[in-house]
Order: sequence, then structure tokens, then C-alpha cells
Amino acid sequence: MTASRDAILKRVNDALAPLKERAPYPEFDDDVAVMPALDRNGDLWTAFCERAKLVHGTPLSGKPAVLADWLHGQNLHHGYCDPELLPLFGEALAAAGCAVETIFDRARVDEYQFGITRAEAAIAETGSLVLTDATTSSRLAALAPWTHVAVLKRGQIFADVADALKKMPVDPNVIWCTGPSRTADVEGILIEGVHGPGVQVAFLLE
Amino acid sequence: MHQPIDQYAAKLSAGKRASVYDGTKSGYDARLRSLNTSYPTPDHLRRLAGRIKQHTIENLDTYLPQVEARLRANGVSVHWAVDGGEACAHVHRIMEARGAKKMVKAKTMVSEEIHLADYLEKRGMECLETDLGEFIIQIDHDHPSHIVKPIIHKNRREIAASFEKNGLGSYNDDPGVITARARQFLRHKYLAADVGLSGANFVSAESGRIVLVTNEGNSRFSIAATKVHIALVGIEKIVPRDRDLGVFLNLLARSATGQQLTSYTEFIGGARSANQPDGPEEMHVIFVDNGRARVLADDCRAILRCIRCSACLNVCPVYRQASGHAYRAVYPGPVGAVLSPLLAGDNFPEMADLPKASSLCGACNEVCPVNIPIPDLLLRLRDRGKREHSKVAAADTPPMGAFGTLANHPSLWKAAMKTGGLSALYPAFLMPSYGKAWVRTRGMPKWRGGKFRAWMKTRKQQASK
Repeated sequence: MTASRDAILKRVNDALAPLKERAPYPEFDDDVAVMPALDRNGDLWTAFCERAKLVHGTPLSGKPAVLADWLHGQNLHHGYCDPELLPLFGEALAAAGCAVETIFDRARVDEYQFGITRAEAAIAETGSLVLTDATTSSRLAALAPWTHVAVLKRGQIFADVADALKKMPVDPNVIWCTGPSRTADVEGILIEGVHGPGVQVAFLLE
Repeated sequence: MHQPIDQYAAKLSAGKRASVYDGTKSGYDARLRSLNTSYPTPDHLRRLAGRIKQHTIENLDTYLPQVEARLRANGVSVHWAVDGGEACAHVHRIMEARGAKKMVKAKTMVSEEIHLADYLEKRGMECLETDLGEFIIQIDHDHPSHIVKPIIHKNRREIAASFEKNGLGSYNDDPGVITARARQFLRHKYLAADVGLSGANFVSAESGRIVLVTNEGNSRFSIAATKVHIALVGIEKIVPRDRDLGVFLNLLARSATGQQLTSYTEFIGGARSANQPDGPEEMHVIFVDNGRARVLADDCRAILRCIRCSACLNVCPVYRQASGHAYRAVYPGPVGAVLSPLLAGDNFPEMADLPKASSLCGACNEVCPVNIPIPDLLLRLRDRGKREHSKVAAADTPPMGAFGTLANHPSLWKAAMKTGGLSALYPAFLMPSYGKAWVRTRGMPKWRGGKFRAWMKTRKQQASK
């Protein structure tokens, strides 16, 4: 195995040795690819909502009852909830007739209509939610149900991609979710909800 | 028409040609709209991206050991594979060590390149494609014909028929129904699998993060549901720093599908964390050479900048007419016309016709997010094909010996120019094959030879007056 490593590195060295000079690392600003249209001084949640809607995301905000009523209105009455969020949402969910489990049982993957987990952050520029391993209580619960709700707090919203990259948490599984899961493989027709959520909710908890 | 790509294109059904045309046209339009509404000068960004990538490949001797050290520090096992066979063997050994039998696999071009699915299936292991397009390719025993849209050559009726044939419900060609059925079938496959396999769109040498850019969520599911994650990574996939990703992520999705970002941008830094119930207990990265170091030594090395967005496929008039399968290789289109012959190594002469499958219109270079001078590289490979006496590249090419003699002897040239007008009287049936091919669809142009010498002579006389 080390033989292959050394063989590859030797080939690479030999390939590059004849170059008289190597291309330098170009100088550029971190925000070189940030869209100029973005208003970085405005309200980031407002900007986030605007962009999230463009990618068919579902931004909501308010007290826990707002989410519970929304779920009820969508006829979603059984799902998963991050145990750490249960003290905040449990009462409202029960009042809206939504039963939640706090352990995701993969054997019954089809029974969960929704999953509620925490978002680490969001990105206004792209309408993306940032999920991490540390703050997602179950990767499957945030992925398998048709509806995923990522709970967000104010002050967790990055202005743009460059900012989010700069402040990337040390975590083995950081995922930026930009709208629902989608495909256009069949005749280029957009279909949402392929393997991941068909509805991606960003819930700003006030 | 003796060139394989022409022959393939001539036999392509009107339906397939229409599917490919529609798919590439919509991809091209989406790209243009997205880049131009986002940036006042998108061209500046892709030139920058090209410079970052060129720097990276010209310094792979520094970055490869650096990224290996970072990955190890993140607890990732790193393996190296000189060729496809060794890469497959690594995967097989990792699976055997875990007693694993079932793999779910996200879309990776490298796995196509090394024929991983065949290798594992021959050894009694299940290797299931989970990207919708790749899944359809797999149940049809077909091959992808586009890098981003693998089933661009298929229509919904064909797909519905193969779903029916494979026991995935009765015939229904509604794309929504097809997708829902695949969703239902595959989620139980993820949950029953032992190993999840992915590729990598980028690997940061600074942090050792593997970046996956996807839309369907199948790579997320593959990694969340299984206990082992294996990533197959071409050695050219590195970017020096995390900040570079700001440039590449913004360009890749826009160039590929016209999206600002794809639905999921995943930054994988190792096995799952301690408090996480789902996901891999171990992570492996296999760095695959498989001819890349040889490309690095070639003066066509700029092709290693490629980030597999398919913008050059979508814009290419030849790809649109011929479709991806005409290129006889994993990588089709303009990028494939450069990369496939180079990756073929000693078999270069057998693929040397591909660089001729271009009108050199330059559109591929214009849309490339890393500004690869594809037409220049095609010309270099045409030259090499000629020097290596590739038979397949010589098809339909007139021998240039007679031209060479004329061009080297001014008096002969002069005589030829004066008498060339007689060629109009030359009967077509006496022409060599390439001449016949020309006149079958075109008339011979009116002879204009010798005019320059006459013009020059008059001009000189006037000047001396």
C-alpha cells in the first residue's frame, strides 16, 4: 500500500520537476464570488426568506405554536423531534395534535411524516440552512421524512457563502441545505423530494 | 464517413437526438441566466478559478502529502491506488474486513472509470446506484451519456418501461411517480446497506474536508444510513484552502445546472461524532491515480483543472448531434475528447479520433468555469495522433504528402496554382474517398488559386512607378 503511495507521489514529482516555473496562488478577496446584489446591512432573516423562497424552501418564524399550527395545517401529525427541542416545542405540538418521538427508529422509517432538528446556522445569500453533526440529533430524522424542520435562532445567520466558509465549525458532517431535495434526471423536469425532504422548513424561533 | 463518432451520430435515432438537444440546451440556458443575473463580470470569476486550479495541479507534489496528513489527523484512513484495479481491490478489502456485503453508492465518475460495480458484483457483493439517473442506468445495463445528466439520452417512456420490467410498479411515465417509486425502493436499500460510497467534488488541503455537491440527497442518505463511508477521489480534486471553495461552489452549480448552490453541499471531515446515532464509524479515502499523473506530465495537463460541470458538453455542437455514447468513454464531450485519449495511456492511438470531434469553435473554452483552453489541447492531441500514426484518427483525412511537396517547392506550387482550375473538370467518381465524401454534400468551390501572386506582381509594379 505504501508502495502505491510512493509510486504515485514519485510520478507526480517526476511530472512536475521539468516545469521551469509553477503557477502562483492568485490573490483574491474572500468575497470575490459574493453576489453584488446582496444587501449585507439589511435584516438577514428577511434576506434569507427571500432567497429561500427562490429555491422552494419554506421559511417560517414565530413562537413554537406557529410551527405546531403549520404542521397541523399540513395534516402532519406524527414525527420526530430533537429531545433538546422538546421542552420548547412539546406543549405546542401536543396542543396541535402532533405526536412526536425523540428516538428515530430506522425500522419504521416510513412512519415519520416530519423531523424537527436544530440548525447550526443559515446563509442569507443562498437561502441555505447549515446542519452539523453536533447539532443534529439524528442524521436520518433530518433527512428521511418528507418534511424537515430546521430550528434556527436569530444571530445564527451568515450574510454570505464566504462568511459561512470562514466560520465553518469543526465538525465531521456540515451540510448546507438549499431548498428541498430535487432531481431533473427524467426529461429535465424538476421533481422535489427524491431521497431527502420534499419540504424543507427553516423555522426561526422567536 | 469512417470516423467512429460520425458513424455513431449518423445512426442516432431522431428521438435520442431530440432528447440530447433538449437536455443540453436547457442546461446551457440555465447556466447563462444564472451567471449573468448573479455577477456583472462572471468571466473574471472563471478565470480566477482556472488560475487557482492550475496552481493546485502544478503543486500537487506539495498538496497531496498535505491533504493526506490532514485526513489522517481527522481520523480518516487514506489509501492510494495507482490504477482502477487497485482502487477496486481497496474497496473490496475494506468491505471484507467489515464483513460487509451491501454497498449503496452515490454518483461518482471515478467509480465508472474503474468499473467498480462489476468488480464487486463478480465477488458476490451488491453495489447499488442511488442517484436516480444512475439507478435507471444500472437497471437498464446501460452507460451514462452525460456527466451531470446521466440519462439525458432517455425519455420517460423508456424509463417507465424499465421500471415495469424490474418490478417497480405497473407502467407509469409521470416523472413524479417514477421518482416517488425510486424514493420508496431505495430508502430501504440504504437502511439495509453496510457501506456508503461517494466521490468528491473537492478536497481541501487545508482542512482535509471532502466536499460533495448533490441535489437528490442520496449521498447524504448513503452516509447517514451505513457504518462505513468510502470516498473515491481522483488525485486532481484538491483545492488548496477552504476559502477557494467560495469561488468553486458558486461556479460549479451555476455552470452545471444553473443553480446558485445545489440542494446539498456536504463538507465531510471524518466519521460521525460521538453523540451522533447515525452515520459511519469509519471513513476511508482512496486517492486514485489511474493515468492522472501521466496527464500531469503532458503539456495537456490543464485538463486536470476540470470540475466535471458538463457546461462544455451542453454547449458543444458535436456532442449535441452525436450524444455522449459516441465518445466510447466515461468522459464524453469536449472534456472527454481531451481526457479520454490521455487517460487511455498506451492505447492513445485507439482514441486519437476523439480530438477531431470538434469544429474548434471555442465555445467549450468560453463556458468552462476553470477556463480550460480545450481547443488548444485538442489541436495538440491531433498533432500527437498524426505523429503516432493513429489509424482511427487518420480516417477521412487526406494524406498531406502531395501538399507538402508543393508547399516546399515554389515553382511547383506556382504551376499547380495556374493549372488548378482544371480540377473542376475532374470527375467525382475518380476522386479518392475523402474527395467523394466532400462532394457528396457540397459542390466544389470555384478555383481561385494563383490570384495572390498576380495581385502581388501588379502591386510591386505600381509601387516602383
